[in-house]
Amino acid sequence: MLNPILGLACLLLTAASLLVGPADLDLASSIAGLFAGGDAAAMIIMQEIRLPRALLALTIGISLGLAGAVLQGLLRNPLAEPGLIGVTSSASFGAVAIFYTGLAGASLYALPAGALAGAAVSVLLLLAIAARNGATLTLILAGVALTSLTGALTSLVLNLSPNPFASYEIIFWLLGSLRDRSMSHVWLALPLMALGWVLLGASARALDALSLGEEAASSLGIRLSATRLLVVLGTALSVGAGTAVAGAIGFIGLVVPHLVRPFTDRLPSSLLVPSALGGGALLLAADIAARIVVPTRELNVGVLTALIGAPFFLWLVVRARRELF
Amino acid sequence: MLAARNLSVSLSGRPILHDVSLSLQPGEVVGLLGPNGAGKSTLMRSLSGLIPFSGTIELDGRNLAAMSDRERAREIAFLPQARAIAWPLSVENVVRLARSPWRGFGALSQKDLAIVSDAMEAMDVAALADRPVTELSGGEQARVLAARAMAQTTPVLLADEPVSGLDPAHQMTMTGAFRRLAGERRAILVSLHDLTLAARWCDRLVVMAQGRIVAEGKPADIMTSERLREVFGITAHIAHDECGMIFAPTGLAANS
Repeated sequence: MLNPILGLACLLLTAASLLVGPADLDLASSIAGLFAGGDAAAMIIMQEIRLPRALLALTIGISLGLAGAVLQGLLRNPLAEPGLIGVTSSASFGAVAIFYTGLAGASLYALPAGALAGAAVSVLLLLAIAARNGATLTLILAGVALTSLTGALTSLVLNLSPNPFASYEIIFWLLGSLRDRSMSHVWLALPLMALGWVLLGASARALDALSLGEEAASSLGIRLSATRLLVVLGTALSVGAGTAVAGAIGFIGLVVPHLVRPFTDRLPSSLLVPSALGGGALLLAADIAARIVVPTRELNVGVLTALIGAPFFLWLVVRARRELF
Repeated sequence: MLAARNLSVSLSGRPILHDVSLSLQPGEVVGLLGPNGAGKSTLMRSLSGLIPFSGTIELDGRNLAAMSDRERAREIAFLPQARAIAWPLSVENVVRLARSPWRGFGALSQKDLAIVSDAMEAMDVAALADRPVTELSGGEQARVLAARAMAQTTPVLLADEPVSGLDPAHQMTMTGAFRRLAGERRAILVSLHDLTLAARWCDRLVVMAQGRIVAEGKPADIMTSERLREVFGITAHIAHDECGMIFAPTGLAANS
């Protein structure tokens, strides 16, 4: 019952996202523009501005929700989220470095490529550390250290940035936004995200067994090192690709699994599809809100998710502390 | 059936097990005794193939180290001492996890579900089937996890202190259930600290100290007052009745 409802919510919110924007298109011309009819302006607005935006909101939301649910299952910790293992901040730093070198203007792909390179380097580092010392706690601590380091490097770049305008551009990008993205961004990110989803989904059975702890899971035939590899690579691909095209968008991966968990039987595997769909729906809703809450100026969706997500999460913790453990 | 030869284990460069050899036969319950830090849990972990070891472990003549994780999980079940369950799963869902080494991609079969419900009956947790396991008492959780290990239906079951924290009646429930498993030709190794329970429950006892096996045999043959003094550092009153031995510790041994 939960999955059809969330799926329907994703569909409706995608449609709503296509209908919202500064250009005053009515419903008929929106639909006509989307399916290659009507006048040229409506077609460009629908197919090249609103469609990629809606698709990115949906797929990045799916990535964040799914990765959040999988990481909470792997780490057996309800506070885990995709940002925790350092992927988001490394990707951000990769993009910021591209800004700083001025390559961002050279090609549409320079920025996402930098972010993906950042995510890839962080994953290779994490895997190297995990190979030496396989404990899951090591993975978390390495992720925290990596997050601090890349955060510091990002600050360093801001510090060294040649002019205020460059800093402004960097900060604006770090806030996360889906504005002015094109179908090229979709084609760049979607295959990587989809591959990440497959890897994350493949860990489902292992996550269930991990509910009993690492020793019991191993005795049930789960290879922990293989599971960690799946999860780290899957998170890096899906969340790294999302960050590469939209900047850092926080809290979705943390909050969504909590929202859907009470409606499931609490097995980590039962949580994956609802979290993915819930993440898609939530980011679509947040991106719509970012466009309409302040009529004169569009907000960055990353700011909005943090503004709503953080207090909401605090409320969740206070209300249902027992539920967390 | 399960035979370990010259097993040595080092953790972080520190030797924990020295040259341990042990075999388990189908149909027997073997008790593993020894003071804290004697290496009982480490022995069980290595017998379950969870930690690297030197020496050989064979299962019906097949090398344990060469088996895949899934194959191994169909042969040896391990009930760890730690009773951590991460999420408020229902009791039934916890026990169902035992079937993961056996199941394909689809849902659990009727046979799997029957095994799960039998194991819950055997451990007296069937009435709790729908309760979130995190809301249960420690003893109830212990029984749920024991049912999980039973439902794995492996020829070998290794249980690390399964009865600690259980009330007397449920200690009897669990020992009875394990005895019935042994009656089905399974081999069971349990570690425990209750000497009287060990002597009455187990067919054979293995006593460990400082990473080595120091005695092995029938309870009456090896559980002498000298051994209690040397290995456990206690003096004890030892009595015999028609059901077996009774140990009542009276104090610390002078030379310990």
